[in-house]
Amino acid sequence: MPTYSDKVMEHFTNPRNIGEVEDADGIGEVGNPVCGDMMKFTIKVKDDRIEDVKYFTFGCGAAIAVSSMVSEMARGKTLEEALKITNKQVAEELGGLPGNKMHCSNLGADALHKAIRDYMEKQGRESNE
Amino acid sequence: MKAINLDYSAATPVDEAVLQEMLPYFTEHYGNPSSGHTLGEKPREALEEARSKVGRLIGAEEPGKNQIIFTASSSEANNLAVKGIIAAGKKKGNQIITSAIEHFSILNQLKGLEKEGYEIIRLPVDKYGLIAPGLLEEAISDQTILISIQAANPEIGTIQPIDELAALARKNEIPFHTDAAAAAGGIALDVDRMGVDMLSLAGDQFYGPKGSGALFVRRGVRLRPLIEGGIQEKGLRAGTENVPAIVGLGEAARLAYETLEERAEKVAYFRDQLKESLFNEIPHLHLNGHPEKRLPRNLNISVEFVEGEALLMRLNMAGIYVSSGSSCTSQALKSSHVLEAIGLPPELAQGSLLLAPDRENRIEDIPYITEQMAQVAGLLRNMSPLYHQYLKEEKKNANLQ
Ligand code: FES
Repeated sequence: MPTYSDKVMEHFTNPRNIGEVEDADGIGEVGNPVCGDMMKFTIKVKDDRIEDVKYFTFGCGAAIAVSSMVSEMARGKTLEEALKITNKQVAEELGGLPGNKMHCSNLGADALHKAIRDYMEKQGRESNE
Repeated sequence: MKAINLDYSAATPVDEAVLQEMLPYFTEHYGNPSSGHTLGEKPREALEEARSKVGRLIGAEEPGKNQIIFTASSSEANNLAVKGIIAAGKKKGNQIITSAIEHFSILNQLKGLEKEGYEIIRLPVDKYGLIAPGLLEEAISDQTILISIQAANPEIGTIQPIDELAALARKNEIPFHTDAAAAAGGIALDVDRMGVDMLSLAGDQFYGPKGSGALFVRRGVRLRPLIEGGIQEKGLRAGTENVPAIVGLGEAARLAYETLEERAEKVAYFRDQLKESLFNEIPHLHLNGHPEKRLPRNLNISVEFVEGEALLMRLNMAGIYVSSGSSCTSQALKSSHVLEAIGLPPELAQGSLLLAPDRENRIEDIPYITEQMAQVAGLLRNMSPLYHQYLKEEKKNANLQ
């Protein structure tokens, strides 16, 4: 078990926003090519803002903490803002991740962005990311 | 808080009796065994006593007939066996046969030898981790210079039919080495009955100190040392002997030999009770390894739909210490080569847990372990996309019926 920051341990112990939003407006599913793990984000959008966001995660302690953190960071943000959330920011918000766990943070932001783009496509909009 | 160790294959504590035997050799009997004066006498005697104790554990007591070379670990013993025999170059050829589920201290040095031009044959195993003797027979050629196959696997506990495998080696006059690090002290071993020419073991696997190991070498087998210098250990391992560690290894071997059956029975009983309890209370568990031919100190299960590091961390918070073969727990982010070799699907390898109980574990703790495991599995499944996908499919199937 790697040494995780207190923040990672806190999110791992009490992950926020687990689940699937009902009648999701956007769904983003990603698999991790490095270790074979998975994340699924679902979002509810209202007035171009992420009103609700939930996730399921199959992965390590870092991956669980990352998905929890991403859900907190994304909630209430406009789609434009949420698309700007980077993996690096997520890792920073978590007080850093051990070197060989950085790839787990990719999963979180990627899944969120995929859910947003899914929503935009359904709306017939182009995301300019 | 509770502290229940279910990871004794990572390390065992040093037995109190072992420690007491060791202590005088740090201070009172600190002499160098090579010294010609009085101070060398006691340590020298202690070395030979330890040698015969280790010999007895593996049925290799007769001094003169066989050699026990003390090393700092079973990894070192494995290196001395493989590299030593190749460097000695007694038998001509370029092929080495091993299995796909060996310890890294065998596999990694063979990878190196492969780059140097040796042909390495890694025998596959069946879904239980067993090697079919027929496959070894087919693989043996006039180019084979060494066969190295572990006695039992530390991760899934599968015990190999070493006697049958070694008989094939003997028939073809090929030296046979077995890595018995996981087996020694846990199950009865006898180098003659097994028919092996070399055997590696480590003291920290059976209540001896870390940094203690040994390689048994049958008479007539020629090795070159890895460490050259003085003629300690019959010239096969230079450097002043680590007398306290060797004394500890010897005493641990004596204790292991004398209590072997009793301990094996007790540990296997705990293991079986734990298994039953877990499988009764938690759905979607999968047993890895052989149902019977396994080390007493080994229960390897996969918890479907969840990942091992998350399981390990949650159990750690509950004071239960386990290990996992998932890719996320490994430094290299690769899932266990053993689980891959037995053909376990990647999702199941991700949820693998190794539970390695030993004599300290108490039956009374099983309900707590089970309860915590059930809770942790439930919690992680509840956030697993794989589990929810499974539930959806179940529902669909139910509606169809
Ligand atoms: S999800 Fe596999 S290492 Fe983090």
